[in-house]
Amino acid sequence: MVSEVTSGTLVASIRKERPDAASFILDVSFEAPPGITILFGPSGAGKSTLLDCLAGLARPTTGAIAIGENVLFDSASYIDVSPQVRRVAYVFQSLALFPHLTVEQNVAYGLRDITQQDRRARVEEILQAFRIARLRDRKPSQISGGEKQRTALARSLVTRPQLLLLDEPLTGLDAELKDAIVEDLRAWNIAKRIPILYVTHSREEVDALGERVIAIDNGRVVGHGAPMDVLDAPRRKRLAQAAGFENVLTATVLDLRERDGVMRIRLGESACEIEVPLAHASVGDLVQIAIRAGDVLLASERPRGLSARNVLEGRILSLEPRGTMCVARVDCGVTFVAHVTPGAVRALELAVAKQVWLVLKTHSCHLVD
Amino acid sequence: MNSLSLSFELAGCVAAILLLIGMPVAYWLAFSNWRGKFLLESVVALPLVLPPTVLGFYALLAMGPRGPLGKLWIALFGHGLAFTFTGLVLASVVYSFPFAVQPLMVSFEAVDRRLLDASALLGAGKWRTFRRIILPLSLPGLVTALVLSFAHTLGEFGVVLMVGGNLAGVTRTVSIDIYDRVQSLEYVAANQLALLLLAIAFAVLCLVYAVNRRVWAPAWTRWSAK
Repeated sequence: MVSEVTSGTLVASIRKERPDAASFILDVSFEAPPGITILFGPSGAGKSTLLDCLAGLARPTTGAIAIGENVLFDSASYIDVSPQVRRVAYVFQSLALFPHLTVEQNVAYGLRDITQQDRRARVEEILQAFRIARLRDRKPSQISGGEKQRTALARSLVTRPQLLLLDEPLTGLDAELKDAIVEDLRAWNIAKRIPILYVTHSREEVDALGERVIAIDNGRVVGHGAPMDVLDAPRRKRLAQAAGFENVLTATVLDLRERDGVMRIRLGESACEIEVPLAHASVGDLVQIAIRAGDVLLASERPRGLSARNVLEGRILSLEPRGTMCVARVDCGVTFVAHVTPGAVRALELAVAKQVWLVLKTHSCHLVD
Repeated sequence: MNSLSLSFELAGCVAAILLLIGMPVAYWLAFSNWRGKFLLESVVALPLVLPPTVLGFYALLAMGPRGPLGKLWIALFGHGLAFTFTGLVLASVVYSFPFAVQPLMVSFEAVDRRLLDASALLGAGKWRTFRRIILPLSLPGLVTALVLSFAHTLGEFGVVLMVGGNLAGVTRTVSIDIYDRVQSLEYVAANQLALLLLAIAFAVLCLVYAVNRRVWAPAWTRWSAK
């Protein structure tokens, strides 16, 4: 049985094999102290399976899960606490609000075995904390997306869980709304101090929330630490793409200039040669480099007098507006993706088939495995 | 007792019983992971394809003084089952079983699994989840099951004829009555009853389809929010 009051670090080591046992879906070990820990990775990396295992909705093949002193699962000693008594709160991507119950009934759903008075007080407290008290009598179909998210959070937290799992709960909300909800969540957690695992594949959310991040790919932990350390120097291609490096290119090492701390590489089969930070490689090796589309500069004339070492000539293949940006695809022998502002598109008179020059700073080029 | 009220009584009893036993069966069919589930599904659907006379024949054998059910009944209550109202109810329950179980099963299955997960994570056991989440969300299925088993029992003929015979006030249901009157060339009386059954059948189907198209959904939402 789980004790009443707890707060502790989540320690998990989980291996989940496919039914044929020939391969695994998940093989991870990590710790998450109280506070927000981001679980970051491309879709299909195993994040949702991991959350299902922590919540008790899926059973790991082997492993152990504990929060502080409370063991929730241990394959070695046949412990498998059922989801009903794990005291793990889980906000699904779909939120799964009960459509036939009001906001208040949804929030009160998990509160039982306490007096009517306590129940009312706790519901009231959390409705206030998440700013949904005025919606108490509405059905989920009658409130906005942000309000639904707040209701789902309140419903999970009112039961005083010892762990909160959030599976991309804030996708589809605008940044301002998202920040406001996250602030309310943080404020609530100052008093409770439980570990919160927050799954996302949005780089923006990581930057907005992140104290710690655990990067997952192909069912394995591929990095953990501060967001900057984990995601700005990605060492795996898929993760690089997921972390917002739109350009991941294969290149051949041409020569190493150890004194300058750089090396020259040739991109793909093209004639493009660029300078990138020196890495542990030898001449002739194939390497992968990752470059953010936002780090690629475009010029309508050949630029001169630049500190940036890499200037590539190319032609615009396509221009697509996306939100407040424009995505340009440029053929320089290899195809680059660059983000430019609509203002820049007008000022440079960018158009499909127009000749342009790409400018890349050496240190915007990251090497990945 | 006239044949119409007898039919209504029979259909009412059968629908109520079916709702009670249909729910656990439908729940099990909807949520069990057992691989042999198709066996039970087939048994439940059997009355759909079986001629009513076949079903009625075996029901009569089982309920007869030498049948297992008949013997049991005589031992318990001192009289047989065949040609009684109770016997008719029992046979009709079997005959209309799929009409109750199918809509219930379909609507249980249609409930988003994540809602059930959410309920479990909020500490609710299976019974509470069923009562507070599955059942209210399956209300259209519940109404459909109730109405269809009622209507189907109301219109049955073959099974009643085999098991119930034709005893006025005891087992002479309205469909048998119509048949009787046609046999004795009372076409006007037969037509009155037939027309009534037709109207009832149409009204019942309207009800089922309207519930499933959620024609009254806004009103229901207002009512249940109170």
